[in-house]
Amino acid sequence: MQEDITVYVETATGERVEVLIPTDMGLSLMEGLKANELDILATCGGMALCATCHVELLQAPELPEPSDDELYMLENLPNLTDSSRLSCQIKVTPALNGTVLRLKGND
Amino acid sequence: MSTVTTDICIIGAGPVGLFAVFEAGLLKMKCHVIDALPQVGGQLSEIYPKKPIYDIPGFPSILAGDLIKNQMEQIAPFHPTFTLGERVEELEKLEDGSFKVVSSEGTEIFCKVVVIAGGLGSFEPRKPAIENLANYEGGKGVNYMILDPEHFRDKRVVLAGGGDSALDWAIFLADVAKELTLVHRGTTFRGAPESAAKVTSLAEEGHMRLLLKSNVTEVHGNGQLEAVTVVPDGADAYQIETDYFIPLFGLVPKLGPLENWGLELDKSAIVVNTFDYSTNIPGVYAIGDINTYPGKLKLILCGYHEAALMAQSAYNVIYPDKKFVLKYTTVNGVPTL
Repeated sequence: MQEDITVYVETATGERVEVLIPTDMGLSLMEGLKANELDILATCGGMALCATCHVELLQAPELPEPSDDELYMLENLPNLTDSSRLSCQIKVTPALNGTVLRLKGND
Repeated sequence: MSTVTTDICIIGAGPVGLFAVFEAGLLKMKCHVIDALPQVGGQLSEIYPKKPIYDIPGFPSILAGDLIKNQMEQIAPFHPTFTLGERVEELEKLEDGSFKVVSSEGTEIFCKVVVIAGGLGSFEPRKPAIENLANYEGGKGVNYMILDPEHFRDKRVVLAGGGDSALDWAIFLADVAKELTLVHRGTTFRGAPESAAKVTSLAEEGHMRLLLKSNVTEVHGNGQLEAVTVVPDGADAYQIETDYFIPLFGLVPKLGPLENWGLELDKSAIVVNTFDYSTNIPGVYAIGDINTYPGKLKLILCGYHEAALMAQSAYNVIYPDKKFVLKYTTVNGVPTL
């Protein structure tokens, strides 16, 4: 069994909350964050439809390019940043260990 | 405008709403189904009709569109009626304990039980976080969709957004509006490349103003919109005088008017009692993705189960004097209404 990875969620006050996510369950980053009871609605359940799982990656490894569906959704977000992604479209892998992000879905 | 009288009004024509018609039909309760989308099936028809679903018992794999087709066939003996393309707006409890549900088009549905099977909710325009924006909604200068472009003829219009609809409307309104500005936060457009090229050339030819790497941050006016504040990246803010500001940031699923019905909510989901999936309003039930309870799983399968238990409880509401007896379809077949 692989070990959990650690992801850091930066709060509005700049504090970093440590989140442990297993890599052997085929989770998306959204599912991992939600399982840790972070404040993510994930209304659409991971179909890149609602953008309530929008995150800004402050520190992250090279990731596969977003799909057209994700790009389309991101393009429409008023609070888009250069490192915005939909966390439901990111697969949790060991490479994600140490990622730092901000939740933007409720802005 | 029309009037419907029925036993159960089901809000949402997705798989769970449709199965509720079946479960109600077994108990000889009549259903009327209303949905904001113009066709039945909810997300399954609107978003992923060609995607296979693998967790419907008895179907190793079934296309979402086919599941809906089968479900419509399954409920046909119960002759449900439908109001499609209309969003529910109001719920009123009448003196005798029954309900009146009113749609966006004024359709009135009189029923004894209301079942909310609204899934993700209804898709509504995403609104940017700008203070006082709501003050200019409803004909005072801020619109979120363009129903009749003629409305903007010879007016000054500021559009915001970088998606397909922002590009398409910019191209269309460039000829119609007196003065058109498109404000986009990025430097490139991810929409259709032809549309993006067209907008760029319209701007170069002076038919519209294109403000890249910029955001609209404030709206100004005195009852009626007069100007917006634009902030370019790394530069000073300035104001643009305008008659209309139209943010086009796509659609987002929202609970919509249901939010104001006095239902107990938790994170935009309706809290239910798992005994019968009733809400805090007696006679109103919530089933499928729109409800929440400890251990909730957003699965079609779970919504079906919730529909069956709801129907039993609804029967007791509609026929308080009759004793409920569970009948099996294998023994009794499917009754018709």
